Amino acid sequence: MSFERTQEKLKILADAAKYDVSCSSSGSSRTNKNKGLGDSSGMGICHSYTEDGRCVSLLKILLTNHCIFDCAYCVTRKSNDIKRAAFKVQEVVDLTINFYRRNYIEGLFLSSGIFKNADYTMERLVSVAKKLRLEENFNGYIHLKSIPGASDELMREAGLYADRLSVNIEIPTEAGLKKLAPDKNRADFIKPMLKVKNEIVQYKAEKKIIKSTPKYAPAGQSTQMIIGASGENDFQIMQTSNYFYKSYNLKRVYYSGYVPISYDERLPQIGSAVPMMRENRLYQTDWLMRFYGFDVSEILNLQHQNLDLDIDPKLSWALRNLHEFPVDVNTADKRMLARIPGLGMKSVYKILNARRFKRLNWEHLKKIGIALNRAQYFMVCDSNQFERRDLSAEKIKGLILQNSTSKYTKTLSNQLSLFG
Amino acid sequence: MSDKKLIYDGTFDGFLSSVFYVFENKIKAATIENEFVAQSGLFSKEINIITEEEKANRVWAGLKSKLSARGSYQLYYAFLSEQNGVENVLLDYIRYAFSNALNVDKDFSHPSVLKIAQIAKMVGREKHRMEAFVRFRLTKDAIYFASVEPDFNVLPLISKHFKGRYADQKWIIYDIKRNYGLSYDLKKVEIINLDFPAKFDFTKTDDNFFAEQEFEFQKLWQDYFKSTNIKSRKNMRLHIRHVPKRYWKYLSEKQPD
Ligand code: SF4
Repeated sequence: MSFERTQEKLKILADAAKYDVSCSSSGSSRTNKNKGLGDSSGMGICHSYTEDGRCVSLLKILLTNHCIFDCAYCVTRKSNDIKRAAFKVQEVVDLTINFYRRNYIEGLFLSSGIFKNADYTMERLVSVAKKLRLEENFNGYIHLKSIPGASDELMREAGLYADRLSVNIEIPTEAGLKKLAPDKNRADFIKPMLKVKNEIVQYKAEKKIIKSTPKYAPAGQSTQMIIGASGENDFQIMQTSNYFYKSYNLKRVYYSGYVPISYDERLPQIGSAVPMMRENRLYQTDWLMRFYGFDVSEILNLQHQNLDLDIDPKLSWALRNLHEFPVDVNTADKRMLARIPGLGMKSVYKILNARRFKRLNWEHLKKIGIALNRAQYFMVCDSNQFERRDLSAEKIKGLILQNSTSKYTKTLSNQLSLFG
Repeated sequence: MSDKKLIYDGTFDGFLSSVFYVFENKIKAATIENEFVAQSGLFSKEINIITEEEKANRVWAGLKSKLSARGSYQLYYAFLSEQNGVENVLLDYIRYAFSNALNVDKDFSHPSVLKIAQIAKMVGREKHRMEAFVRFRLTKDAIYFASVEPDFNVLPLISKHFKGRYADQKWIIYDIKRNYGLSYDLKKVEIINLDFPAKFDFTKTDDNFFAEQEFEFQKLWQDYFKSTNIKSRKNMRLHIRHVPKRYWKYLSEKQPD
């Protein structure tokens, strides 16, 4: 490996890959075998954080930034005048292994521009993963980006060596995609996604019968949508998201606030702000759907097509549904406790445990570490000190914002600090 | 009546032996102190505790039967915090645990249970950070070497993680503050003490000790780290919260060019 040449390529091809937000390296189940290198059975680890505060857990690079397509929102697009480079398969393998041995990373996230055609590109991605697994006995995490339009055979092979596969749908609606990525076609994303989904289903069925069935994409598949490039509202975005979770068993949908990179008239201009707060709210909504038992239509529907930026979606839902409150923390079930604004699942479990010992009052709640500044308006407990007054939604919102302005401005950071 | 002061050798078994002594002799008011921090009190009676593995194991088995797995590991984590006086909070917790028919490890309305949970959480966070921030550098002897300086004594907690992950390379993780390390020789992990050359600088990759390609990979990693940053999203406050400055000196990506 020539150090200088690799160095130059790494700069170009890491730079081009940085806009892809998926970085998770958890959820796999690949343990170290035969005293090989690496293990990805636990929770993923962020080994560092970029200066913009995002987790660095994988070596995230493009195999090449040559591309025959011309998607307007992408730095790699054909019409963009930039330096191009391409890694050799062996170079990516060497970088991954050496970074892993030094405990810099949990594994590799390999994506690529499309050179020649979909299968030609996909085949090279697969051969990197295959070499890592078979020649280097590497058990770290591998995430491969599937190239839209790649054949079923290649998708099958990809899943045998990768922990996770993803196809980025990028633009939440078909109309938006037509406008910004004229060479792309939604059906080309769906096909590999469907193949992977079916393979996973089949793997699970076979594994019940034959224990030694080779693993297939144990960490499942994910996708990414760019937010704020093509004019969709939050309702449309979360509808799409919900559809992909349900129809393709996706593990994660990532939302990526559009970072302006070109002077294309179809897009927000260079210099316009990245919609970070909006991105954050979408992640919170996603979280409520996946872990808090909310149906997406409770949060976003025809009456509420956009998320509030000044308050989080759970609080917003609660204020619109005051008739469901107050919740009695000493008797309510887990589902309702989880719906109290300001209570995370950890607090919910703390309450469920603590109330086995005694009926809880405000003092107990504070002692076990429940933050009451938001929650207090939505719950009652064992206390003669009656703190909840019959306040209007407006009034409650005002009080909460007034008492937590500093906190709210602080959370103007980004999603990964909240949801890691 | 003044407190009985028990002095032990600083090991977890030593601490558990002290607890055994307290219960065996039905001592009401006792404090337990590590021999490295203990100062003679004028009015308290000092008792030197001899570490006995068998007694320690009995106490530990007793605790395990009273607490959930999580509860007992929280005790061990809190012990490794080396916080001043933590032994006494632990003792209070243990007394409460043994006097109660129920499993108390989630009764956070009890001050010692809450305190131990909080300390254990801090130690857990440090463990996790060490798993993330250990940076190995390849030495001329083909050993991957890392220097660390954790706030708490977490090496015992990370041993398994690194053994599982780096099964095919020799490595050493050395705690500079506590002057001991873990060493893996492709078979097992052992605790070692090393003598370093007088002018050895733990933060520098000195070419007397480290392999040539080590410099190249560090440079590649630094470049990678720079290239992944998105300037228009820059947020140093968040960055520092995730990667506190006290760790920077051992992070390859944070070394000056
Ligand atoms: S196909 Fe992918 S790499 Fe090529 S321009 Fe479109 S988004 Fe960019």
